[in-house]
Amino acid sequence: MSDPANTAGPDWGQITRDSAFAALIAFGLFVLMLGFKADQSLNNQLVLVFRPELLASTVALVFIGRFLIGYWQSRKVEGAAKKKAPSKWAQKAEKYGLPAAVGFLVAYPIFILVTVGPSGAIKWIDNFGIQILIYIMLGWGLNIVVGLAGLLDLGYVAFYAVGAYSYALFATSEPIKDFMAQLIGEGFWQAWAFWICLPVAGILAAFWGVLLGFPVLRLRGDYLAIVTLAFGEIIRLVLINWVEFSNGYAGISSIPRPSFFGIPFNASDEGFAAKFGLEFTPIYRTIFLFYVILALALITAAVSMRLRRLPVGRAWEALREDEIACRSLGINTVNTKLTAFAIGAMFGGFAGAFFAARQGFISPESFVFLESAQILAIVVLGGMGSLLGVVIASIMLVGGVELLRELDFLKAVFGDNFDPAQYRMLIFGACMVLMMLWKPRGLISVREPSVFLKEKKAVSADLVKEGHG
Amino acid sequence: MSDANKAPLLAIRGVKTYYGNIIALKGVDLDVHQGEIVTLIGANGAGKSTLMMTIFGKPQAREGTIVFEGRDITRMPTHEIAYLGIAQSPEGRRVFPRMTVFENLQMGAHVNNLAYFDTDLERVCTIFPRLKERLQQRAGTLSGGEQQMLAIARALMSRPRLLMLDEPSLGLAPIVVRQIFEVIREVNKEQGMTVFLVEQNAYHALKLASRAYVMVNGLITMSGTGAELLANPQVKAAYLEGGHH
Repeated sequence: MSDPANTAGPDWGQITRDSAFAALIAFGLFVLMLGFKADQSLNNQLVLVFRPELLASTVALVFIGRFLIGYWQSRKVEGAAKKKAPSKWAQKAEKYGLPAAVGFLVAYPIFILVTVGPSGAIKWIDNFGIQILIYIMLGWGLNIVVGLAGLLDLGYVAFYAVGAYSYALFATSEPIKDFMAQLIGEGFWQAWAFWICLPVAGILAAFWGVLLGFPVLRLRGDYLAIVTLAFGEIIRLVLINWVEFSNGYAGISSIPRPSFFGIPFNASDEGFAAKFGLEFTPIYRTIFLFYVILALALITAAVSMRLRRLPVGRAWEALREDEIACRSLGINTVNTKLTAFAIGAMFGGFAGAFFAARQGFISPESFVFLESAQILAIVVLGGMGSLLGVVIASIMLVGGVELLRELDFLKAVFGDNFDPAQYRMLIFGACMVLMMLWKPRGLISVREPSVFLKEKKAVSADLVKEGHG
Repeated sequence: MSDANKAPLLAIRGVKTYYGNIIALKGVDLDVHQGEIVTLIGANGAGKSTLMMTIFGKPQAREGTIVFEGRDITRMPTHEIAYLGIAQSPEGRRVFPRMTVFENLQMGAHVNNLAYFDTDLERVCTIFPRLKERLQQRAGTLSGGEQQMLAIARALMSRPRLLMLDEPSLGLAPIVVRQIFEVIREVNKEQGMTVFLVEQNAYHALKLASRAYVMVNGLITMSGTGAELLANPQVKAAYLEGGHH
């Protein structure tokens, strides 16, 4: 490609040959794996079913994929000559993206309500809106621990569980209900439980964060990851096995739903719809929940942005870079780590309480390791320390999986039994591998300095290794 | 230069440090007086860096005492020692690579009142004009020499009364080493900064030193003024012959 005449356009012949070759390999690979299916006939005999459509479409996909890659690569060679603009895009996005994104999110439920109508809107607001926002909040919470303080935490779901069970147990507790009924009046606890338990859940989760923090103070990297992983599993196993406390596998049901500051969302005369003169539909609660989690997530973001500019936030970042240097500069690494664990865990706890209130039912199955892995994947994919990265990664990972359920047209290609949602782990894994090849430091790998001497300036090269220690 | 009658700024007496069961320092005595540059030289694994780290409480000395300004700091946690006015530029520089030079300096001022920050920043920028040009650059993108300057500057940001430098010449080109040592001399002369320097580059370090110690296998085997040790045949044979000056 050194000859300038050759770089004028992509070499279509070469790309086509490559693609054909890849398709041939795919055919060889899949002719037996996909082309034939071992099945049982009505007489219980083994028969081979030939599936030419599936084979053909797979080979075609490989051909198209290879073709696109070839085209993209040839363009990359051309583009390499042009000077690449420094990551201005990311900086611009960080600057203008925030107000735009918040505005969009605030308008989102109304927009959906208008376009889809009340019956279809629940799915879009709940599955896409609330679900993604929960993960964004969890991602931002974990981002404090992993992204800022550099402490690899594989058991973050434990704090999510602590928050969820704190709310569930307090809100369904008969003694507390009776006590509140005597003290203030019947119905008070039912109406206000969420708003009272939310901070309690956060504080309890933070407490457990500190509790986890103590034994792992001396650990880093892999060892820390193992211990936190174990911690997450311990919490889950306790919840399963301590049946008197948490009701085991059966979980806790009929958890009170959050009220509109004391006004319940139900069809009664005292309910939200009646009070505001609206017709009763369940959509109001969903919209309200959406705004609650939006507010919680925004608080998380605001707190972590603010903390980054405070000494404790800078100490977290310095700790991530080099622990020994930190200590020699007079930073109390014990307190710094514990605050990171506690604050990260607190937001996990808030999200957990919200989760319990939204579901109305929780069981240990919601808090498996896969959840921790997914939250961590969101943080890593987004780029450690980047708030915007977490948002994009959450939309991709959580929204992407939800979107898979919507791809009914694929059935036309792959047959009626094809359920794209079943392939989510495969796609998830492939995405991770591709991401790590393409952008090993995450989608947004620019670490914005938290302080500037006089004015904000573009900061040079970011591809700097992390420190040791 | 030093006032031998006055109590030393830093007094190390009979310090023994262990890594598990392995003894690294076998009873070290060492003094650093106000306004001096004290150099500690020795071969690899002699225990120089261990002594440096023991002063900073990580690892803690199992026996003996370390007294700074009349205060026993032997059992103090590292971060509290930093608050007393001892600053360290650790071995291998250890700047925060993804933070900017400015942020690194800010971390150096962690133990201080914020009100000092601007004056101190001005001061280190005069000492290291190179850093001033690179304040908004990430520390990891600096050259080795610049990173060493940053490590020293970061240590100076805490307004220390004792500046400890662990092998500032490590892995640097000879011309850069000369610059670094020149800066150390300046800081000592013009600001009266007391410096405790651990070095392998014996020639430069001894030329700079008011007093110097030689450490072998966890023990101090020789001490004297820098000039005395430079002229000493044993030191010459062990640390200077064939060395790079």
